[in-house]
Amino acid sequence: MKIHEYQGKEILRKFGVVTPRGFPCFTVAEAVQAAEKLGAELATKVWVVKAQIHAGGRGKGGGVKVAKSLDEVRTYSSQILGMQLKTHQTGPEGQKVRRLLVEEGADIKKELYVGMVVDRVTQRVCLMASSEGGMDIEEVAAHTPEKIHKVFIDPVDGLTDVEADEVAAKIGVPFNSIAQARVMLQGLYKAFWETDASLAEINPLIVTGDGQVIALDAKMNFDSNALYRHEDIVALRDLDEEDAAEIEASKFDLSYISLDGNIGCLVNGAGLAMATMDTIKLFGAEPANFLDVGGGATTEKVTEAFKLMLSNPQVKGILVNIFGGIMRCDTIATGVVAAARETHLSVPLVVRMRGTNEDIGKQILKDSGLPIISATDMADAAQKIVAAVNA
Amino acid sequence: MSILINKNTRVVTQGITGKTGQFHTTMCKQYANGAHCFVAGVNPKKAGESFENIPIYATVKEAKQQQGVNASVIYVPPPFAAAAIWEAVEADLDLVICITEGIPVRDMVAVRDRMKKEGRKTVLCGPNCPGIITPDEIKIGIMPGHIHLRGRIGVVSRSGTLTYEAVGQLSDLGLGQSTAVGIGGDPVNGLKHKEVLELFMNDPDTDAVVMIGEIGGSDEEDAAMWYAQECRNKKPVVGFIAGVTAPAGKRMGHAGAIISGGKGTAQEKLAVMEACGIKTTQNPADMGRLLQSVM
Repeated sequence: MKIHEYQGKEILRKFGVVTPRGFPCFTVAEAVQAAEKLGAELATKVWVVKAQIHAGGRGKGGGVKVAKSLDEVRTYSSQILGMQLKTHQTGPEGQKVRRLLVEEGADIKKELYVGMVVDRVTQRVCLMASSEGGMDIEEVAAHTPEKIHKVFIDPVDGLTDVEADEVAAKIGVPFNSIAQARVMLQGLYKAFWETDASLAEINPLIVTGDGQVIALDAKMNFDSNALYRHEDIVALRDLDEEDAAEIEASKFDLSYISLDGNIGCLVNGAGLAMATMDTIKLFGAEPANFLDVGGGATTEKVTEAFKLMLSNPQVKGILVNIFGGIMRCDTIATGVVAAARETHLSVPLVVRMRGTNEDIGKQILKDSGLPIISATDMADAAQKIVAAVNA
Repeated sequence: MSILINKNTRVVTQGITGKTGQFHTTMCKQYANGAHCFVAGVNPKKAGESFENIPIYATVKEAKQQQGVNASVIYVPPPFAAAAIWEAVEADLDLVICITEGIPVRDMVAVRDRMKKEGRKTVLCGPNCPGIITPDEIKIGIMPGHIHLRGRIGVVSRSGTLTYEAVGQLSDLGLGQSTAVGIGGDPVNGLKHKEVLELFMNDPDTDAVVMIGEIGGSDEEDAAMWYAQECRNKKPVVGFIAGVTAPAGKRMGHAGAIISGGKGTAQEKLAVMEACGIKTTQNPADMGRLLQSVM
């Protein structure tokens, strides 16, 4: 699960990470009020107006502006609020900006990078830090990997003082600011561990002219398997930032992801679902979605899955691929027939079934009188649906 | 012979009293030698009771003392599953197979750390896996037994139904399996492809291996590079990687199936496997025939 920058900063502050003062705003009036308040309390003369969407790359897309007067705060806020912000992470249609963060400006002397993820090889939380802040860290990793320093953190000891100080020095934190950087890095790790984060990233982490270490940005993602023990984080979920079909799918315990192609696919099992998508591509078309109905599919679930796929106007055909193990093919066949009837299916449907009660399942499809195309294996199924869609 | 489990394995089921645990325990008992293999269950609140004549004990340790169990299978719900793994490890079982899906990564980081620091001998398979089967001897997990055929091909995979797909293709071609191992789709787990591949390479009754991977991480690359260095030409290995069409940054069902930071793409994995002498196919309907072609 993803959250907004301002929410990430609120979490990090609780763990001792210093961030600029700022307020989330939903209207232009609120943005100007926030700027006035910062001006009155902190004598701020420079403000930063930041679009709050979950995607990264907001600055390049025009979603972050430095304002030097209250008038500029008003101008930029009205420009950014409501805009379709396009970044390399949003897709071509962009994401509508509904929230802003108005912050005090900062005197940036150095821009650094720190991030945390769980490393699969060492099976520990990995702190990545670099002197190359403010840039795309994937670019840094690709071109100058020697500039990324890693610490694999012992889950019992946590990030030690020595480890924190060493990494801070390596990325160029000045000697007099090392103690502050230590507090910041250890706070980031505690926040990561205690909130069950899957990603925590501060880019840039800055050192100011007077030696302060401040998190100018904050990106946090959380392990969805652990949300049951973090009600406070679940409350931060912003459904406006999520795909409507994916939200609908999660209500029925379906694993669904929208893609760009025109062939909908319904499969049991994540690995087989990916393999089915790959087979569609192999035979010259593109999948419209990833959809795993899971192990315990019922007629109701299959019907909902059909509705989801068909809610995408791009879908010109559907491929069902089931390997019946514990789940029986006749159950799925009954579900497919009911779903096709209920949704008045008008696009071609190819079904490939294998495994438990395969013959009964095939008979049910045949007896339904519906124009369902039967396939023998995955390749046959993909070829048939591609041909039907292109016909 | 086989790897990890055989007809003499004695299994304790953790979570035997839940709906999933009961259903699959019944299925496993019915498969081959299952009735002799599934000898104990654990539930601290139901110690002294039984399920289908399988005695239930309060702890894994007690099950071990009373029934001589050396392996465990876990169906315990996610919030308690990591603790169940630790209980089996602490009882010094040889093998723990954790079927449970949805365990928080942090819990797995903590339990794996403890296993490593204490130098525990227990091998962990999973979590979020279908389990392990040695056809005609024993099935520990949720896979459909009837698609398997006893034979000499090893199968290792991160996914469930895609493993069944591969096994089904092999059986259709008359190529039986020595053991099929599902290592699971989570980012922090026990057995990796490399370790299972090594077991198959050293198993006199396995002639060739099908290795099935998916996007995310570098398990498949690590296994392929180990194979190239240590075992090239010893026994043929073929592979398939799911997720050529998966976009970066989107989690494809499995928590571990995500391309992040431009790493873990299917293309990258396939290229490394080919360079290491592992034949691959882009067509998952061809896994069985590909294996047949290298025999």
